[in-house]
Amino acid sequence: MSSEIEKNSEPSIEIAADESVEVPNDGVSSLAKQSRGFGVTFATMFKKPNTEQYPEEKVPTAPRFHGRHQLNRHPDGLEKCIGCELCAWACPADAIYVEGAQNTEESRYSPGERYGSVYQINYLRCIFCGLCIEACPTRALTMTNEFELADNLREKLIYEKEDLLAPFRPEMVAPPHAMFPGTDESDYYRGKVTGSDPSQGEVFGVVVPGKKP
Amino acid sequence: MGIEEKLPSGFLLTSVEKLAGYMRKSSLWPATFGLACCAIEMMATGAGRYDLARFGMEVFRASPRQADLMIVAGRVSNKMAPVLRQIYDQMAGPKWVISMGACASSGGMFNNYAIVQGVDHVVPVDIYLPGCPPRPEMLMDAILKLHEQIANEKLGSNRQEVIRQVEAAALASLPTISMKGLLAK
Repeated sequence: MSSEIEKNSEPSIEIAADESVEVPNDGVSSLAKQSRGFGVTFATMFKKPNTEQYPEEKVPTAPRFHGRHQLNRHPDGLEKCIGCELCAWACPADAIYVEGAQNTEESRYSPGERYGSVYQINYLRCIFCGLCIEACPTRALTMTNEFELADNLREKLIYEKEDLLAPFRPEMVAPPHAMFPGTDESDYYRGKVTGSDPSQGEVFGVVVPGKKP
Repeated sequence: MGIEEKLPSGFLLTSVEKLAGYMRKSSLWPATFGLACCAIEMMATGAGRYDLARFGMEVFRASPRQADLMIVAGRVSNKMAPVLRQIYDQMAGPKWVISMGACASSGGMFNNYAIVQGVDHVVPVDIYLPGCPPRPEMLMDAILKLHEQIANEKLGSNRQEVIRQVEAAALASLPTISMKGLLAK
């Protein structure tokens, strides 16, 4: 067994100490090559710098940049999230926590049976892959281009439902409120509801007239 | 620690605080601590297009004695954790830590036995930066938020007062066991 392993007593390459490699000297042509190189350096001095002045001038991101999430609303202000937890199941980093709850006629947050009562995204876990957006069946969850998320405490980087919900547009009514009169949830998904009705509550701004489902 | 401990609280101390804060934030030298893909973004932040030199931070020190900011860029494995702690201990105070990216902040998608679940298990973190990896603008945003924090840092007896307040707030806050959802983890 041990006889198979031969001792490598002599190095195969012998290096002579006094042997030196001659450096080729091209004379004037080598100087010309060098000055061509310095010419590149010199020309760069007249180029415009490509530095982005970030905090003063913010260069917009790519339109489909994966930034902070947003929970969208239907045109009348009801939430699109139905609390199905498909986003939480799709998440490879287990960053999303959802609790669904039953809608009642007295307190309705979304059209249909259920809504997301607790919705949290842990941005310390989130890897912004967008699998949750692909999983969402109602397009309730989308991503914005906002990226300035750094903070000094762990707790501040767990975003609650209030932090993620989209802001109200002028024609929207804050939930809980009833569905648009004379519609059911399938009308919402077919895009037949395009605004709110006075019977649903007080709107946030001026209502554009002539918006009917 | 120094002269600020001897100063009486009042106008003199707040003036020294402002001066010290301004000087500390304007010459923050980061220690190189690139561990994974976040390090590539950290290098990009130091390079010409984003140019950390605009904030006096272009020198990434390989020697911890000459650095006062550690940017932990990437996932910290259990084997790397003692090394990281040693580098942190070798840095001269005052010193700050940015936990860059999801993996350094919480373990990210690597919820397994090999990765430290958040670098704050090992060193105290001043700024958590989400993203996988965060783009250079995000890192600069975190750095600027840290600058603001450093500029407003208290010294001497004012610092003792802040520590007392933080302690009192921590005692009065909601215990982890009664938090809901992800907050409980």
